[in-house]
Amino acid sequence: MFSYLLRRLLYAVPILLGVLLLTFVLFFATQTPDSLAARVLGPNARAEAKKEWIARRGYDKPLLLNTQSGATLFDSQFCNFIGRLSRFDLGLSDKTGESLNSKFAEGAIPSLCITLPAFLVGLCLSIGFALYQVFVRNSALDRLGTFLCVALMSVPSMVYIIFGQSFLTLALNWFPVSGFSRDGLSGAKFLVMPVLLMIVMRLGSEVRLYRAIFIEEIAQDYIRTARAKGVSNPRLLLTHVLKNGLIALITLLVAQLPMLILGSLLIESFFGIPGLGGMLFNAFQQGDLAVVQAMVFLSSLLYIIGLTLTDILYAAVDPRIRLY
Amino acid sequence: MREFFLSPFFQSPPVQNLCVLASLALIIFTFISTVRNERWERAIARLRKDKTGIASAIVIVLYLLIGALDFVRISTDTTALDWLTSGLKREPGYSAPFATHTLSTLHPELLRSTHPLGTDILGKDVLTQTLKASRTALIIGGLTSLIYIPLGTLLGLAAGYFRRRTDDLITWLYTTVYSIPEIILLVAIMMLFQKSLITMSIALGVTSWVGLCRLIRGETMRQSGRQYVAAARALGQSHWRIITRHLLPNVMHLVLINFVLGFSGIVLSEAILSYLGVGSPVGTASWGTMIDGARSELSRDPTIWWTLTAATSALFILVLALNLLGDALRKAFDPKRG
Repeated sequence: MFSYLLRRLLYAVPILLGVLLLTFVLFFATQTPDSLAARVLGPNARAEAKKEWIARRGYDKPLLLNTQSGATLFDSQFCNFIGRLSRFDLGLSDKTGESLNSKFAEGAIPSLCITLPAFLVGLCLSIGFALYQVFVRNSALDRLGTFLCVALMSVPSMVYIIFGQSFLTLALNWFPVSGFSRDGLSGAKFLVMPVLLMIVMRLGSEVRLYRAIFIEEIAQDYIRTARAKGVSNPRLLLTHVLKNGLIALITLLVAQLPMLILGSLLIESFFGIPGLGGMLFNAFQQGDLAVVQAMVFLSSLLYIIGLTLTDILYAAVDPRIRLY
Repeated sequence: MREFFLSPFFQSPPVQNLCVLASLALIIFTFISTVRNERWERAIARLRKDKTGIASAIVIVLYLLIGALDFVRISTDTTALDWLTSGLKREPGYSAPFATHTLSTLHPELLRSTHPLGTDILGKDVLTQTLKASRTALIIGGLTSLIYIPLGTLLGLAAGYFRRRTDDLITWLYTTVYSIPEIILLVAIMMLFQKSLITMSIALGVTSWVGLCRLIRGETMRQSGRQYVAAARALGQSHWRIITRHLLPNVMHLVLINFVLGFSGIVLSEAILSYLGVGSPVGTASWGTMIDGARSELSRDPTIWWTLTAATSALFILVLALNLLGDALRKAFDPKRG
């Protein structure tokens, strides 16, 4: 088990390096330092101001390796970029100059306030619907359910948000239109609509996925044995199918868990929630490349953590995996 | 080269029409020639009995026809679709569907023609825009597929057939790309490069190939263990020939299913990118831009609901039809798993 763990952890290293390389190529190698400076300081900035900005950020150094005489070999943009990120220093915002580490730490809580309840409630709902569909499988009701799932998946996500925000909150005035509050229960009213919308947006694809997992489980031999033994249909679903299907499910879900911190781009921007998704949206609007680039790193790091956790959990559940 | 594409000869309507037709014919011909086998015949026979599949295929063909009408040039600056909708004239401002006057409480003006879906803030007919947007969706879906399908298929085949180092490298490549959330990568690419339909297709292509590559890799690994591959190898056929003549036809159904389902994903992504302000360039009719524009109109009094409804419905029906057809195809090729 230990050697398997070590191998999985080591496996994450090349992927992380790959992400760093990709980010670097995308954000620095394709852009000239001049165009980066023009983006931040505006197109009419003075040449000296641009030059000073470029020098302060170290963008005048060579890209991959520093081969100039009198300089250390690794004093290049790419090596400094890796060095900075390995110290977990996400850098400064292009627009405001704030440290992104503290900015992101601040945004994680509001994001989790939306994604965590939506994830948990959505999970219970979709497992319930999926189990019911499996219960009535191959009937007209099952087909209708599948059709509804596909229909839910076919609506662009912003239409759900536009509908929810303008009809349920503006016209009917059930919830506040947008905003966020950090103090306990009084802040909850701001969260109802975003959480609700997030659940609905994901429901279609989740129910379909879980139904497929449970249907696969119900075709197994042990289900036939249980049925022959006289186990009732609801009991069969709730104990046998659900429990065994959960193994496949949990491994799927663990990969998503770290990503919850990132929040939801569209929902947070519509509802004015100061989470990571909303921050990223603002960065898109203002052209703040430093935020986007830090977010690329952070999100892929979280994904890789999720992936590694899944592998470890898989091995814990199924000992055969450890042999690979 | 550039001069040739800009020359009056190349820009003339008959030549442009011929180019569109020729490229379509080429794609269809290559596709059909790779898949003439028993498995496809059985699948097509099964698909014919699937009413949902047939209905959604008809809907998709309708969209294709509308898009094609906007490709066929009548003269240098009007397409067949422009000509058909020329009866829907431009108005001074907003008007509701089938209204007789513009939407203004102070000075309602008499409309020049009846608009079944109303007009927008500039007085442009919403129906025309909705129809024209299907061309944009088709261009983006088509270009993106032209980029990601060959890429994903070839890399998947190579990884599954050669295994070892090749497989390690390709797996590393797609895990790396996949570990960056799609939407962030998309917007980052769109922010860094000039906004155009081609940039968007490249950005979407870079993010879409991973799913296909994984799928093809797995299936190729399964197929490589079969005896027909061993037989071909024993006969001394080259790797290239084994891949293109033996393996490719046997994974082609996955490519088709992925193409249909992927197309719906691309159309949805285009809408989201346009909302985020990094999608279709200004001036291109697109459902995403229409939805984005309609967002602020909902809070007006009276509510301008028709632009949002028209764009959403057009987008929804196309994506739904693509999803249903994809499912029908999957069932037709693999009836046991469904």
